[in-house]
Amino acid sequence: MSASTAAAARYEPVIGLEVHVELGTRTKMFCGCPTVFGAEPNTQVCPVCLGLPGSLPVANKAAIEATIRIGLALNCQIASWCRFARKNYFYPDMPKNFQISQYDEPLCTDGWLDIDVDGEVVRVGIERVHLEEDTGKTLHVGGATGRIHGATESLVDYNRAGIPLVEIVTKPVPGTGALAPVVARAYVAQLRELVRSLGVSDVRMEQGSMRCDVNTSLHRPDEPWGTRTETKNVNSLRSVERAVRAEMARQARVLAAGGTVTQETRHFHEDTGDTTSGRSKETATDYRYFPEPDLVPLAPDPQWVQTLRAGLPEPPRTRHRQLQVHWGLSDLDMQAIVNAGAVELIEATVAAGATPDAARKWWLQELSRQANEAGVELTALEVSPVSVAELQRLVDDGKLTDKLARTVLAGVVAGEGTPVEVMAARGLEVVSDEAALGAAVDAAIAANPEVAQRIRDGKVAAAGVLVGAVLRSTGGQADAKAVRELVLARLC
Amino acid sequence: MTEQGNRAAGPDADLTRWSAAELGRAIGAGEVSAEEVTRAHLDRIAAVEARVHASLHVDGEGALAAARSVDSRRAAGQAVGPLGGVPVAVKDVLVTRGIPTTCGSRILENWLPPYDATVVERLRDAGLVMLGKTNMDEFAMGSSTEYSAFGPSYNPWDLSRIPGGSGGGSAAAVAGCEAPLAIGTDTGGSIRQPGAVTGTVGAKPTYGGTSRYGLIAFSSSLDTPGPVARTVEDAALLHAVIGGPDPRDSTSIPAPVPDVVAAARQGASGDLTGVRLGLVKEFAGEGAEPGVSAAVRDAIEALTKLGAEVVEVSCPHFRYALPAYYLIAPSECSSNLARFDGVRYGLRVGDDGTRSLEEVMSLTRDRGFGPEVKRRIMLGTYALSAGYYDAYYGQAQKVRTLISRDFAAAFAAADVLVAPTTPFVAFPFGARTSDPYQMYLADLYTIPSNLYGGPAISVPCGLSEGLPVGLQVMAPTMADDRMYRVAAALESTVGLFTPPEL
Ligand SMILES: [Zn+2]
Repeated sequence: MSASTAAAARYEPVIGLEVHVELGTRTKMFCGCPTVFGAEPNTQVCPVCLGLPGSLPVANKAAIEATIRIGLALNCQIASWCRFARKNYFYPDMPKNFQISQYDEPLCTDGWLDIDVDGEVVRVGIERVHLEEDTGKTLHVGGATGRIHGATESLVDYNRAGIPLVEIVTKPVPGTGALAPVVARAYVAQLRELVRSLGVSDVRMEQGSMRCDVNTSLHRPDEPWGTRTETKNVNSLRSVERAVRAEMARQARVLAAGGTVTQETRHFHEDTGDTTSGRSKETATDYRYFPEPDLVPLAPDPQWVQTLRAGLPEPPRTRHRQLQVHWGLSDLDMQAIVNAGAVELIEATVAAGATPDAARKWWLQELSRQANEAGVELTALEVSPVSVAELQRLVDDGKLTDKLARTVLAGVVAGEGTPVEVMAARGLEVVSDEAALGAAVDAAIAANPEVAQRIRDGKVAAAGVLVGAVLRSTGGQADAKAVRELVLARLC
Repeated sequence: MTEQGNRAAGPDADLTRWSAAELGRAIGAGEVSAEEVTRAHLDRIAAVEARVHASLHVDGEGALAAARSVDSRRAAGQAVGPLGGVPVAVKDVLVTRGIPTTCGSRILENWLPPYDATVVERLRDAGLVMLGKTNMDEFAMGSSTEYSAFGPSYNPWDLSRIPGGSGGGSAAAVAGCEAPLAIGTDTGGSIRQPGAVTGTVGAKPTYGGTSRYGLIAFSSSLDTPGPVARTVEDAALLHAVIGGPDPRDSTSIPAPVPDVVAAARQGASGDLTGVRLGLVKEFAGEGAEPGVSAAVRDAIEALTKLGAEVVEVSCPHFRYALPAYYLIAPSECSSNLARFDGVRYGLRVGDDGTRSLEEVMSLTRDRGFGPEVKRRIMLGTYALSAGYYDAYYGQAQKVRTLISRDFAAAFAAADVLVAPTTPFVAFPFGARTSDPYQMYLADLYTIPSNLYGGPAISVPCGLSEGLPVGLQVMAPTMADDRMYRVAAALESTVGLFTPPEL
């Protein structure tokens, strides 16, 4: 029993998620600068996104439209009138020392997202969806930790400053018990599918275009909800699950020892899987929110909202169900694919010629295991759907056994080339040369005369011993089925 | 001591005495070159600036180059517009590409903006010649220029007195004939009050009628760029050049500026038949010096002789305007001025490798900002704090709504409202710096229009103790033309007010 499961046996968890999605608009939220990822630092900037004295923001209509579409897809109410607000705090990656965000008048409120977890449907309430601007990125140089503490120099790249950011906040999700970590992950995975289906963001967690904060609290059954912590720096689906597990386990330890949980921000560490305390909320800045006087209120025309609603694509759940039928997979298999964020990978693998079941097995078993070992997301592995399909073809053609195929795949992931190249380079092809294989079988029979006699006497099951011997002598590169046939052909 | 006459109308040997309209006409007709006009003003600046200190930066080279460009365009047969080749001084709160812009503050000393404000761009596009940047109270906070980090400007009427503020530099430059035109910005009276105490015309357009893009924000919901001139027509001509919608300012009104030039010319004919002047009951006898009240009373009487009728209107919430303003403006300023932290541009203090980022930021802000700016940042930070927001900022916003309703009701009965611009004539240096509230009173009559957003103009109406007094004419939003008509009519009957020779 894991520590979080043990925690759930004594305490009820309540989780909440705040997800930030960088919109893929062509230009920034309040200026005309481009938003291309990975450009040279400080090349996609202008007086507005640098917050130069005198500059003024002008809201990007495409970003407002994208936010409303996200809100509609999440079954939210769309405000008929709302305002941007300034969130005031000093930080060098924020050019104006305030962030234009939304406070008590978000664009979208009160919706929900139904997600599939473990064969059940969990309805996650959506508190709000609002629009804000992203900050720049700070790089701390000279310190051991890469954090500001101890750094000798801090460099800021403002290319990201002003990129439109949508914040999606759930209502608290109680009652998920030991499944809380899985629910958290499933929510983020299925939200990601939803946002991707709208075509408003590339939602790539590894590039930071989708980021996640996780709120966790524990309470004893029949008692009021506990104090929650907010865990930041949760940057992959895997980390979402691990962060909730870690917080549940940690809080249970604190409570079991008679302590109290402090309301605070915590940081998740990918390497250790632990959370550590960040700044305490008690000393947190008073953001002094007030309506942004440089922008006029947003008043989306109801007609326009209606048009956007009518133009929404079919929900990913519907599409997933169609794929599931098409692929002939079970509910659980399909959910596993969705929650691993692997729908597109499997689609592409199937398109490249693999059967749905083979594609599912490779991605969710062998490759998921390798991704876990490497501590990365499935999508971050250096293997393409085309390679996976090619690998399966080699198995189907009898050139690789399942075991050999796994070795070849490790080589592909390690960057040694395509499956065919890795197979050739490492000499892993199944020995299919009849003469060579026949010689190996003859040698095995000669070396095990009493076993051979038993088979001749009708004890066919004993053939396994000779097959094993042949496989050993060929270094595993023989196909067990073919060897068995050869053995039986010679002795029966 | 004063010559009330038609200095502006007729040709004078001294080009710096001409009105902008006359200069523009003469340049357009080839009677005088833009370069000559510019040189005359640069000479005047060289002669008097040491005593007036209207400017923080004079761009002689740039001005002459711009003037020559106008002359060559004219020589090539291109139209140069009614103000083509006419010099203009720009308040240092507006950013100018490659030309120092300090906002009257040490924190921006030596900063060179990489872009032009929309207003500046429109001046250039209309062929105006920018002479330089004028002095102001730091970040436009003050009523005397005594809070400029670079020393005050001096009132050409009496060099021992303040020229008003925050735009005292623009007003002093125009009154002292260093420029025929200047740009100011008005947040609580920063164009109109300096206009009143220097005997010049200063207009605050409808909020959103002139672009704020490139205006270094003090209070975003109030700041309004506008014209400073010696005649009402000149102010209207300049207003027409800088006004109108700007896609870079979301709060700019998507409609053209009313025809203020035509209105000024109509008013100059001296006929105000049927125009209803509203006298705000609550302003009567509140705080104005007797000499100011008397001059304003005489001016209103002069207007009635031109056919205007006087109606009394009640604006009961105007008494809350000053306190509401001193919550809204500092609140917005506390946020707007947060960006001045020494990280990206401007002054940086204490970055010697031993101090933390927070220490460098706070040292920079401590040394970079003057006392009035700090006072307002602290006021605003407090007013926006959790737990105080509703009682202060929220309450002030409600007052603002009530004041707008007062205006709406008043404009149902009157076409314009008239009042003194400021309660007192130019005061001696140091007279109001020890008690901030005494300084704040200078904007008692001007602030309501800012909170409401409507246009208002100050036009010279007489003298008190030998110093100029301004009449303020307030109009409904987007009815800027009305105030120009009334102001021009007054000017046609009381004439212009010229300070003694410097
Ligand atoms: Zn930009």
